[in-house]
Amino acid sequence: MKLVIAIIKPFKLDEVREALTTVGVAGMTVSEVKGFGRQKGQTEIYRGAEYSTNMVPKIKIEVVCASDVADRVVEAVQAAANTGAIGDGKIFVLDVGQAVRIRTGETDDTAL
Amino acid sequence: MMRLSKLAGGGAAIALTALSAAPAWAQAPAPALVVNKGDTAWMLVSTVLVTMMIVPGLALFYGGLTRAKNMLSTMTQIGAVACLAMLIWVMYGYTMAFGDGGNDIISGFGKAFLAGITPDSVAATFTAGVGIPEYVFVCFQMTFAAITIALVLGSVVERMKFSAVMVFGAVWLTIVYFPIAHMVWASGGLFFKMGALDFAGGTVVHINAGVSALVASLILGKRLGYPTERIVPHSLTLTGVGTGLLWVGWFGFNAGSALEANGSAALAMINTFVATAAGGLFWMLAERLNGHKGSALGFCSGIIAGLVAVTPAAGNSGPFGAIVLGAVASIICFYAVSVLKPKLGYDDALDAFGVHGVGGIVGAIGTAIVYAPSLGGPGKPDYAIGHQLTTQLIAVVTTIIWAAIGTVIATFIAKAVTGLRVSADVEREGLDLGEHGERAYNS
Repeated sequence: MKLVIAIIKPFKLDEVREALTTVGVAGMTVSEVKGFGRQKGQTEIYRGAEYSTNMVPKIKIEVVCASDVADRVVEAVQAAANTGAIGDGKIFVLDVGQAVRIRTGETDDTAL
Repeated sequence: MMRLSKLAGGGAAIALTALSAAPAWAQAPAPALVVNKGDTAWMLVSTVLVTMMIVPGLALFYGGLTRAKNMLSTMTQIGAVACLAMLIWVMYGYTMAFGDGGNDIISGFGKAFLAGITPDSVAATFTAGVGIPEYVFVCFQMTFAAITIALVLGSVVERMKFSAVMVFGAVWLTIVYFPIAHMVWASGGLFFKMGALDFAGGTVVHINAGVSALVASLILGKRLGYPTERIVPHSLTLTGVGTGLLWVGWFGFNAGSALEANGSAALAMINTFVATAAGGLFWMLAERLNGHKGSALGFCSGIIAGLVAVTPAAGNSGPFGAIVLGAVASIICFYAVSVLKPKLGYDDALDAFGVHGVGGIVGAIGTAIVYAPSLGGPGKPDYAIGHQLTTQLIAVVTTIIWAAIGTVIATFIAKAVTGLRVSADVEREGLDLGEHGERAYNS
């Protein structure tokens, strides 16, 4: 099993979700997060006073999937979240040791 | 007398009242004033409209501009100081500003605790023989005192103790507001006799409040973290709501200052529409010309700048003079706030000086120009701009000096009695919890 973590632009969430559903992903966790990468932040101006914030709002998606579909999940996110502009985000893939569905006690792939 | 009273705000009214109520030994008894019910109805409405400018108008406008941890503190200071002003006004404020006798600086104390005023007492309007109940005039002028002291607080929020605000408010009203209101609006007042134009309080309210705000903030010192930390408005939504309420209430402020439901009120009304519209747009234009985006806060600030600038000119300008005045004041206020303030480094937290002080000065001086009949103003054909300009300048400069000195005294009295400023810990935690034991937002 793999854990795919994707940091994307907030307005791309719906497209990414749709793309992941087509690939067959059954569930995901979404969080509103802040951070920065190469897109260093943004500037706000209040009555002439400039404030640069180095944290940019992003969406973090976490999907656990069977190892053999992980590549397709990554491709789907990459395609759907891409605008070509700076700040599109990143995708990370990690190994997952165990999964348990709390209600039934099913484990690993059947628990996803 | 009547010519002057047409030029100036409400002060003349009360002078005429004094005549009409003159005792039997008076040489020439003035004609009895007849209360006009239409005028009275309009003045009742105007008075309530001005009250709407304070809580909720100014409380939301200022509150939204502070950080979330100081929202309640800001709203409470504005509401409480307005209540204080109302009580002081009926005790001795009204008589100091508009009472009987007196001199160039203040009136006599014969109407202390509203002595002698009954439901039958009549205050004159600007039309001979026409009056409104004196209680209505007392209330209308009371709301002006209440909002002016509330405006001053815009520079000192987020760091001044609540107790200090109350002490400062009481002293400031007594030694700054009442004398200046008398000087500008009462027929025995210094500026009134000079013929200074101030329809609805450009000098009395805005220059006075703005300059006092600057002086108070200089004595109080900067907020912790200013200007290096990120100190931004916590809710421009509420500021937007407050802006709208202020604009609506301002019709009572400006058109109510005609004291009658007539053409002068109508002129003040249309000017309050168009000067404000110009102010709102020209601030955003100034932002664009300086390479920024036209901002919502800029829009709100421009609206206020336009309202402030048209206040002295409301019934003293034609509509197109008012548009120019609103636009010019808005642009000048933009530079005062975005260039002058950072350069000089003072912490006028919500720009009470930058918008009200500067806008009031532009409006008061500009009134001398837009009053000219050749520019569409309501002045007589023989009106001389130069002479009036000098009069306006003298009134403005005197007000600035009076307000500055009075504020220094009031601030130091507040400091001696209360310590003036909250502790650093309270300031970091926020004045909502530190001074009032509540939070604005619980989630």
